[in-house]
Amino acid sequence: MAIMTVLFAVLSFAAPAIVRLLGRRAFFVLAAVPVVAFVHTLVATPVILQAGGSVDESFAWIPQLEIVLSFRMDALAWLLALVVTGVGALVLVYCASYFSDDEPSLGRFAALLLGFAGTMYGLVTSDDVIVMFMYWEITSVLSYLLIGHYTGRKESRGAALQALLVTTLGGLVMLVGVVILSVEAGTTRISELVAAPPEGVGPSIAIVLVLVGAMSKSAIVPFHFWLPAAMAAPTPVSAYLHAAAMVKAGIYLVARFAPGYAESPGWIPVVVGFGVFTMLVGAWRSLRQYDLKLVLAYGTVSQLGFLFVIVGFGTRDAALAGATMLLAHAVYKAGLFLTVGIIDHRTGTRDWRKLTGLARAMPVLTVSAVLSTASMAGIIPLIGFVGKEAVFTAFIEAGLEGDVWAWIALVGTAVGSVLTVAYSARFVWGAFANRSVKEPVEIHRDSGLIVAAPALLGLAGVVLGVAVPLLDPLLAAYADTLGEGDYYLALWHGLEPALFLSIAVIAIGLGLFVARRTVARLQARVPDTVDASRGYWTTVNAVDRTAARVTLFAQRGGLPQYLMTIVVVFVLAVGGALIATGTWPTDIRLFDYGLQPVIAACMIVATIMAARARQRMTAVLLAGVTGFGLVALFGLHGAPDLALTQALVELATIVTFILVLRRLPQTIAQHNKPVRKVRRAIVGILFGATMSVVGAVALSSRQAESLAGDLPRLSLEEGHGRNIVNVMLVDIRAWDTMNEIAVLVVVATGIASLLFVSGRSGTPQRIPGARRQRSNRRSVPADVRHRTGLTGSIEVPAAISAGHGGGEASDRTDEESQPVRSQPATDEPKVSRTTTPEERLASGERQSWLLAGRTIRDENRSVLLEILVRLLFHPAIVVSIFLLFTGHNTPGGGFAGGLLAGLALVARYLAGGRYELAEAVPIDAGKLLGTGILLAVGTAAASLFFGADALTSAYLETDVPVIGHLSIGTSTIFDIGVYLVVVGLTVDILRSLGGEIDRQQEDAELDLDPEAEDDFTTTEASR
Amino acid sequence: MSASLTLVILMGVMYAVGIYVMLERSLTRVLIGFLLVGNATNILIFIMSGGSGRPPLVTGTAADADIVDPIPQVLMLTAIVINFGITAFLLALIYRSWWLAQLGEEGDTLPDEHKGETEAETESSFDPLDLDDAAVHEVLRASDERPDDDAPARSTHDDTTREERS
Repeated sequence: MAIMTVLFAVLSFAAPAIVRLLGRRAFFVLAAVPVVAFVHTLVATPVILQAGGSVDESFAWIPQLEIVLSFRMDALAWLLALVVTGVGALVLVYCASYFSDDEPSLGRFAALLLGFAGTMYGLVTSDDVIVMFMYWEITSVLSYLLIGHYTGRKESRGAALQALLVTTLGGLVMLVGVVILSVEAGTTRISELVAAPPEGVGPSIAIVLVLVGAMSKSAIVPFHFWLPAAMAAPTPVSAYLHAAAMVKAGIYLVARFAPGYAESPGWIPVVVGFGVFTMLVGAWRSLRQYDLKLVLAYGTVSQLGFLFVIVGFGTRDAALAGATMLLAHAVYKAGLFLTVGIIDHRTGTRDWRKLTGLARAMPVLTVSAVLSTASMAGIIPLIGFVGKEAVFTAFIEAGLEGDVWAWIALVGTAVGSVLTVAYSARFVWGAFANRSVKEPVEIHRDSGLIVAAPALLGLAGVVLGVAVPLLDPLLAAYADTLGEGDYYLALWHGLEPALFLSIAVIAIGLGLFVARRTVARLQARVPDTVDASRGYWTTVNAVDRTAARVTLFAQRGGLPQYLMTIVVVFVLAVGGALIATGTWPTDIRLFDYGLQPVIAACMIVATIMAARARQRMTAVLLAGVTGFGLVALFGLHGAPDLALTQALVELATIVTFILVLRRLPQTIAQHNKPVRKVRRAIVGILFGATMSVVGAVALSSRQAESLAGDLPRLSLEEGHGRNIVNVMLVDIRAWDTMNEIAVLVVVATGIASLLFVSGRSGTPQRIPGARRQRSNRRSVPADVRHRTGLTGSIEVPAAISAGHGGGEASDRTDEESQPVRSQPATDEPKVSRTTTPEERLASGERQSWLLAGRTIRDENRSVLLEILVRLLFHPAIVVSIFLLFTGHNTPGGGFAGGLLAGLALVARYLAGGRYELAEAVPIDAGKLLGTGILLAVGTAAASLFFGADALTSAYLETDVPVIGHLSIGTSTIFDIGVYLVVVGLTVDILRSLGGEIDRQQEDAELDLDPEAEDDFTTTEASR
Repeated sequence: MSASLTLVILMGVMYAVGIYVMLERSLTRVLIGFLLVGNATNILIFIMSGGSGRPPLVTGTAADADIVDPIPQVLMLTAIVINFGITAFLLALIYRSWWLAQLGEEGDTLPDEHKGETEAETESSFDPLDLDDAAVHEVLRASDERPDDDAPARSTHDDTTREERS
């Protein structure tokens, strides 16, 4: 069975390709799948015939939840599987003639229909209630897509959505029931749930919830309205989903659970009450339709109610009758839908007022349709008659035993059957009778093959009726699971009450048909008592309106409102919890040391001033003061690592702010009304107060002893380091650190992608020719220059360096003469001249040590600063490496070292601009980040190869001059990874928020001369 | 363990001011609020380490017993660096939105685009669905038999009955 579902799935996915290849003939290929499944099911027949026999398969799926992909083919599953695959195959064959090759999205349709057949097959054979539910929901989704096949039609979309909403609502209700049942019973296997049903209030409610799911799926009142609406689907879909397959899922579910739960309180009233009502309402509506397809649709609603009553009734004989009716209904209703499809196809209408003379034009179809209708009306010798007799007998016998519900069911179904006969007659008469029609429709030709499916189904009704003795043991195999009974299926049971009832039903039904005009008038006068579709509309509308109101309420205020909502909820929840628990701090110190209040006072003042500052830069610097206040607090408290890191970060933060804010307007725009100000202040103060209390309470209510006592030993023995903080970072809590540097990598990448709009070049922008100059490889291939179209400004340095070989001194005279020529009026031509970076580049000076001179304007330049930075840069890098390696024993480590190196680069950039930075770090920031994270993850993974847990450290101790005793371990490699990630982050920030913003600013300023700019960027890209 | 009241007050003020600033429409203010709240959160973790003491560097002597609790420090150290990363990211966001939106002197103020919206406007987004439902309803209604006016030529009720009588 599992292999069958896989086959269905694979071919469904392949269906669009097959349709593209073969056109509509692809349906013949696809029909082979249900045929194979049909045969596969038939093969299991001998097993089914044994009492309680079944074929079982199971595969573990989610063992934690005890959910198993288990399949079970017992008598009921066998019957349903045959119906689903048999009718499925016929419908697919029918599709090959129904559609034309140019039908839009035929491939999708074929895939969905075949997938639907597979899902139904899976639904009826699965033995795990969760797996069954999964299939159940898939059928809802597929039916949504199939009903909505004509995506351009309003009624098609509306109907699809109705069906989806109603059936998924029912599905959700059912899920609740299913979960309660399986939790109570301790199993998710359906066979066990039915064999040993849990008892009590919970399961009794649960089974009613399951019934609600079945009702929504099988279009039982009050959920019935989606089914007539779903007639907007192509006819094969109606024939399959709405006659044989999907709507049967609910009936199947009732039949499946009836053996275990029919005695449960609530079951019988729901099943009989809603079932009978549905049967009557559906048949009543069916009697007044002009549209033949809607006659059938409302008829289907009616018949589903009928089936609901019978299969749910819970006696053995009723179950036998139910199984028979289920089979009969699938056969005749599918055949009739297909008949309507052909009529629609050949005449272009389904309105019987326009039809006449079809019997003569389509004799085969007429005969098969009459056979199917006769089966529907319950006329001997068709299977429908056998089923209906069995139903009446079952109810009469149960009634004679004193069951009141049986009498209700009997009367209800008998009246319903009268109406059924009437609308059956109306259908045949409407479709095929000759009547005077003003403008008779034209009947188009059609391929003969299309009749095959309805003809076969019509014939099947007769064959099954005549061969019913053979069918009896197979259907009885299911019925016997409900208990004892001696009824058997046969065409002739003698002159029994049921026979007379059947005759009476047919007679009255035909009478109603003859008096149809009177009946129709009566119907038009009776108001629609059950207008569930209006109820649906009202409900959906109410939900929509609520959604609109909530959206408007919660989202009108934008980001500030979201934040405020979060904060207010936090204050209420946490504050509420604080008050509820009522544990308050018992003792509190005023301060730890004398300087603490002083520092805190400074920070408070800075904080409040930061909030009031109008200038961006002021606000940032004041916020920075609070950061440096933290440095002091950390340092005095006994946290040197924190102090060091915080100081470095604070510097880096301020620089980053300045990098961005230099382009934004200086003052912060004020848009908030004063009213808001008060509200904001209140919210802020409440939040601050809550957090203060939280902090004090949390510390004072601490019960467990701190881990700190054991850490010195662990740090020294396990981590080979004296600096506990660092050892924890790179060893004891290294997992945490690894994730955190991963965050840094993500952040860095995010910054770069926000700034580099037009793609991030693999290598940073370098000074053209700079590196070559240094390494004395000066020649630029002529074809490169030619290809990139180097002109004017850019060509010069390359040409010069190429032309002059190693002669630096000789260049100088050449270049220096140029500016003088261009600006003869200035006193100090070299220093005060205003040039763009490009011109500077063009002049191609070879200050290989102070690179900035060629790339920034003179008025922005500070040679003193440049020299200072150049002198300090390398010592700073050395110190950062020192911090990295000694961090294990003294304050420092990868974070601090990386930040220091980053700040050194910041200084290079600030002094010399982006080209200077590119020269300092000639590789891409991404590579730094990548190497860093690789080192860290590599360290984590490497220990796995030695059979240890991830991130287990190994050590090698040596004495190194200057640095001292060094314990090189894998944790050091990890720390190098951290270092590289932090440096990479800084470089990325500088490149993006520094260099790229510079470039964009220059772009904006150079807009006057776009051509030169284009040349420049082309050149950059080419490098 | 007991907390230092000074630190608790400091933290409370920084949270309060941070949230107050964060609730503005200017993104720069939001970021400054973020910085303040971030620092306040660091103080919150910091408070959890209890009183001050010797730095957590192992000396191998009896003085090791006086070291401050290093665990909050470890948590804070990574938090500080990540705070920096996020700050930079937010700055990139601010710049990007300012640059792309060409806000100019407006700076980085968030627009109040939903301010004038009414319930009817919001609800109108469901109109297509209502139309679909109406179409379904119409199709079903059209099929209902109206026995007294099903002859196409006759329009009024009276005509029909007269015709039938004759």
